[in-house]
Amino acid sequence: MARNVAFDLNHPLMEAGLESPIDEEGVHDSFSQLIAEQSQNGGASDSDAFELQELQRQLDEEERDNVAYLSGPGRELREFQGRNQRDTEWEDAETQADPLIGERWSSATMKILSSMPSRTIGRNRGAIISQYYNRTMQLRRRRQSRPAIRDFSRSARPSIRGYGIETDSAEAEVSKRDRLVNNLQNLSVSDRIRMLRAMPLNVSEKSELRSLALHKEKRTLSRRIPCCSQLKYYIINGVRQGWYSWLSFMHSLHLWQVPLKRVSGRFGSGVLSYFLFLKTLLFFNVFLFLVTGAFMVLPQALHPPAPSAGRPSFTGLELLTGAGYFSDTVMYYGYYCHYILRTSCRDDGGVHNVSLSNGTRPDCVSKHLSYNMPLAYFFTIGVSSFLTCIILVYSMSKSFGQSFRIDKSHSILAIKTFCSWDFKVIKKSSVKLMSENICTQLKELLAEVSHKQVKNTRCQRLWRLMVHGLAWTICVASTTACVLAIYYCSDHMHQNLQLFLHRGVSDINPLLNEASLLALPVLVSLINLLLPGLFNLAAWMEDYESPSVRTYVSIGRNLMLKVSVLGVLCYHWLGRVAADPKIIGLKCWESFVGQELYRFLLMDFIFTILDTLFGEFLWRLFSEKVLKRRRKPVFDIARNVLELIYGQTLAWLGVLFTPVLPAVQILKLLLLFYIKMSSVMMNCQAPRKPYRVSQMTTVFITLLCFPSFLGASVCVTYTIITPSSSCGPFRELKTMFQAGKRWVEELEKDNPNLSVLARAHSYLVENPFFLFVGAGIFLIVIYFHSQVVDGQRKIIGLLQEQIENEGDDKKFLITRLQTIHEQKRTPARRLASQNSNC
Amino acid sequence: MGTTASQLGKDMLSEYQELTFLTKQEILLAHKRFTELLTKDEKDLPNTRVPMERILTLPELKSNPFRKRICNVFSTSEYKDGGLTFEDFLDLLSAFSDSATLEIKSHYAFRIFDFDDDGTLDCRDLEKLVNCLTGETDDTRLTPEEMRQLINNILEESDIDKDGTVNLSEFQHVISRSPDFVSSFKIVL
Repeated sequence: MARNVAFDLNHPLMEAGLESPIDEEGVHDSFSQLIAEQSQNGGASDSDAFELQELQRQLDEEERDNVAYLSGPGRELREFQGRNQRDTEWEDAETQADPLIGERWSSATMKILSSMPSRTIGRNRGAIISQYYNRTMQLRRRRQSRPAIRDFSRSARPSIRGYGIETDSAEAEVSKRDRLVNNLQNLSVSDRIRMLRAMPLNVSEKSELRSLALHKEKRTLSRRIPCCSQLKYYIINGVRQGWYSWLSFMHSLHLWQVPLKRVSGRFGSGVLSYFLFLKTLLFFNVFLFLVTGAFMVLPQALHPPAPSAGRPSFTGLELLTGAGYFSDTVMYYGYYCHYILRTSCRDDGGVHNVSLSNGTRPDCVSKHLSYNMPLAYFFTIGVSSFLTCIILVYSMSKSFGQSFRIDKSHSILAIKTFCSWDFKVIKKSSVKLMSENICTQLKELLAEVSHKQVKNTRCQRLWRLMVHGLAWTICVASTTACVLAIYYCSDHMHQNLQLFLHRGVSDINPLLNEASLLALPVLVSLINLLLPGLFNLAAWMEDYESPSVRTYVSIGRNLMLKVSVLGVLCYHWLGRVAADPKIIGLKCWESFVGQELYRFLLMDFIFTILDTLFGEFLWRLFSEKVLKRRRKPVFDIARNVLELIYGQTLAWLGVLFTPVLPAVQILKLLLLFYIKMSSVMMNCQAPRKPYRVSQMTTVFITLLCFPSFLGASVCVTYTIITPSSSCGPFRELKTMFQAGKRWVEELEKDNPNLSVLARAHSYLVENPFFLFVGAGIFLIVIYFHSQVVDGQRKIIGLLQEQIENEGDDKKFLITRLQTIHEQKRTPARRLASQNSNC
Repeated sequence: MGTTASQLGKDMLSEYQELTFLTKQEILLAHKRFTELLTKDEKDLPNTRVPMERILTLPELKSNPFRKRICNVFSTSEYKDGGLTFEDFLDLLSAFSDSATLEIKSHYAFRIFDFDDDGTLDCRDLEKLVNCLTGETDDTRLTPEEMRQLINNILEESDIDKDGTVNLSEFQHVISRSPDFVSSFKIVL
């Protein structure tokens, strides 16, 4: 018992005496009652009429109560806690002396208990108002709007003052409210709105507070529309109604509002998180597309260079391979010119509206717009990837903050009970399924808690270890085999291309030649499709107990596969193709890599569709018709998200080589959304296992940031250092950085005052020292933050201890109070407890 | 500017926007959905209170096991019948909206789970809560033994001051450790 005194609120009188949430007075004068009672006790006037009445009632009640006591859940609780003995001596003695009193409280005590501030805060308007009064106070103090002195003196001890030791009644509440209004008036507008919004009061009360707070300002505003004619009023009204209906129409256009609601109504937050992730990726790509489209594709498309001769005709296969007809268009790096685009300043027609930058015509420059393509190319890519990086890191850190709290205690059961209901789920069968799931989970958790780890024998552990070892061996071996296969396949392709070059292209069907380019993407996508199935098989063999470990292991294996595949491919492109592009007859290896990435992206999409068709649709039909099972397949969120991340990595890798790749990715994601949506609605059922949405989302954003984006940008940086010399916007430059340098130099030449800029540029961009300084500062900041978090953790521990002590104190005081009360009531009992106490 | 139930004034709209977590569009949608619940003659009256039975026909609430509690918590009716006015309805949607803070969500969650309205979650409240979660049918229900054990464990985990009940701050403490709560405590119209 002791540490767990259960206040039995099932008490009949208790229920009768309970106040409704709106009812204030009864709650708030309770402390005065406490005080009054104490003074009565102190007065030692034994047989007051009041006291007698009380006694009579008490006795009646005890009799009635016995029944409830025996059957109520509180009793079992007490017994259980009684076994958990950590009793203090004093209380122990007391229970022995008078087991009847033990933890049963008289109605007066119960009333006090129920009106204690910690219990009223949840339902009491006055308490809420005073809580928010304190907050506004703090806010004002922080914002330094010089509060009045009387406010200061009152807010010295917010907690006690807030809940009215000062015998509050309706009057006190009014004054509290006035003070709150006064504080609200003194806040800035945005703070006031924020405060009002966050108050858990109903709208009418809030609007009253608001109008009171706005009272002053309102009075100064005179009514300005007395002479407004009836007609005008109607017109304004009509226009407003139209505007509102337009607004609600816009709301319905909100991207995927309805389908997302349908998915969440049926599958809950887990599956929804996949689609939200898809939506996030879509926004990233739209951003990238807008930037590259506006600053690179559009200017270049408006000023096409002289078309090269012998452009192949459109055959249709280009849509898959991206080569042929497409190869010399704005799609690829090689098409972009390396000079300054100008709007024509000659009058001889718009064909040759492009002039070389070195053929300088100063009059032209001064009069017309000019566009430095290499610079634009460099800065667009640089700035957009920098912004993407910042957004990613920001959302990653925010998500970390939300999903991993500093806390060491884990209250699984409480969290499960309080937080597991998904209010978004509205479909009846899904609600039922969710109930079942929660029930099973609760039962499992309970079993786990009560058994607390059955010790495995050594033999079993060895067996488990062997199974895990075997599973990992299978996974690693298959990954290695696949990587080797890709390596040799790409090598073979490379040599094939060399052969073609030696033999001449004439004796080979160009279509076949082009189609053979698809072999590598098909192989890679096939591996990406099949190996996860093998990994799932391995995981099934291992039979993990905890679902989260299972998910993490599966993510780890898939990640291993994807990273190594991309690693080999990057080696193929940057190490083989880029190192010696002449050997396979390439004028521009960047365009070739761009085409390859286009193909990979497309193949990935096609295989995802196939997977949806075969893995979900046909499998459902098969299991329904042939196996006669009622279960539908479960949507594998983790795997699908990883596929999305893989596709996004390809898009980021390719944006330098194929500036329109984000557009392709946008199309792909849009289609994927609808395909996956209909597949999920048709073929899948709500997942049985619990899915920790926010933690998984954090993991996925981290993956998106760390291997995906950073890997892609490292590869891209590598190319920035060594652009090819015969095509693209940087063909005359040794590194892409020089585009910026050259521009700065020109600026300096034109305007000597800007030499500071040039120097700053050369220091910041070219000197690695600043990079190191930046990274160093970053690390130091991280270190400090981790130290602060560590400190906070210690403080949390201390505070928790203190709260427990306070709880003990409260219990001690109440027990004392009760004892004194009892002593007064029955002299016999008084004797007994005095004996035991002293 | 008369605000009958079928029309929403501009001042009211901006005021509601200021006082709740809803956007203008969401308020308009809510208004549309709410007016659909009204009968013909009710549409002309200001501040009509829609009885709970009719509110519960909304598909968003229809199969929610906590539907009656939700109505009761957000109702300002004097008769405690769970009827909602439009403002109450906005309150409901605001608490369940995307942008509502964790604090306000947990406050209302606490009030929803507090079945007897006494300001704390005691054993009985917890029992009712668990029954709502697991459904009322016999095959999904926990046995009394399991229920007892579960409630003991919940109290042991969350009742910091060890007074046998979970009060609002203890509840919020538990909630703050579950990042998924904000995303699951949502109702979208």
